Amino acid sequence: MSMPMPKSEVIAANGTVQESLPNATFRVALDNGHKVLAHASGALRMHYIKILPGDKVMVELSPFDLNRGQITTRTK
Amino acid sequence: MIQLKAPEEIEIMRAASVIVAEVLAELKAMVRPGISTEDLDRVAEDLTRKKGAVPAFKGYEVANRVFPASLCVSINDEVVHGIPSTLRVLREGDIVGLDFGVRYKGFYGDSAVTVPVGKVSAEATELMRTTKEALEAGIEEARPGRRIGDVSAAIQARAERGKFAIVRDFVGHGIGRRLHEDPQVPNFGQADRGIRLREGMVLAIEPMLNAGGPEVHVKDDGWTAVTSDGSLSAHFEHSVAIVEGGPYVLSLL
Repeated sequence: MSMPMPKSEVIAANGTVQESLPNATFRVALDNGHKVLAHASGALRMHYIKILPGDKVMVELSPFDLNRGQITTRTK
Repeated sequence: MIQLKAPEEIEIMRAASVIVAEVLAELKAMVRPGISTEDLDRVAEDLTRKKGAVPAFKGYEVANRVFPASLCVSINDEVVHGIPSTLRVLREGDIVGLDFGVRYKGFYGDSAVTVPVGKVSAEATELMRTTKEALEAGIEEARPGRRIGDVSAAIQARAERGKFAIVRDFVGHGIGRRLHEDPQVPNFGQADRGIRLREGMVLAIEPMLNAGGPEVHVKDDGWTAVTSDGSLSAHFEHSVAIVEGGPYVLSLL
C-alpha cells in the first residue's frame, strides 16, 4: 500500500512585529496572542525590505517548533 | 528513523511477504470477467487467516481515514487504494491492480501487481509491462552503498523511456514492524542523492504509472486515487531487503 507523499504543510499566521533582534530575527506577536521568534525570509532580505517594530507581517510557523517562524511578507 | 533489521528479522519478513505473494498468485488466477472486487477481497482475507497471518490493510489508518478492506483493488483509471465492493465487477478489457499486505509474527509484507482481465488493449499491455520493468529497474539499485535517489532515478528513467507519466502524489516506503516506515521511496528523483542504503533496510518499492498525465486525485470515499484525466494507471510493488550480494526480493515466490 503506497503512502501519500507528505506535503510540507506550514501554518501561516498574521502578526505585528514587537521587537527587532540581532541576525534579522524579530519578536512577533501573532493576532491570536501567541508570541514567536521569526526570521526574515531570504526573499525579503534580497529585496531589502525593512521590517520595523510595529509592522504587520505574515509569518509561516515551523511545524517542528510553533514558537519559531519565518516572516514571508510585510502586510499593510 | 530508519529501523535496520537483523537477518533473522528479514527471514520473518520473507515469510510474511511469501504469504502476500501466495495470496496474490491465487487472486491473479481468479481474475476474470464477472467476478466482483469484493469476491477477491474475501478470498484474500480467508486465505491469509488460514496461513496464520493477519491482513495488514483492514483497519489501517492514514490521515485519520480507516481502510475498510483487506485488499486494494484498483481498476483502469484507479491508481491505488480502490475499495472492494460487490458492485464493482471486472469486465473483459479491464486492467486491475491488486495491492495486498499482511502482518505475520509482528512483521509486515507488502506487494502489488496489475493484471489484465481477458484481452486488453495494446496500450494497457505496454503500460503494465513498463511499470513492471520500472519496478525491476528500481530493485536492481537496491543494494548496500547505493542511495535512495539511485532507486528513484532508475524507476523514473524506465518509466519516461516508455513515455508514461509517474504518479508523484504517492511514494514507496520502508517496511518492517510497521506497514509504513522511513524512508520514503519516491518513484522519481536524482541519482546519487538521498540517504545511503545499508544492509538491513527493507523497502517497499512501488511505481505507479499513468498512460496520460501524472495528475491524480482522491475520490470522495477518501481512499480511491484516480487519474485526473481518466487515463489508465498501473501499479507494481515488491518488498525488498537490502543485503550483501544484491537485492533480496522478499515478495517473490
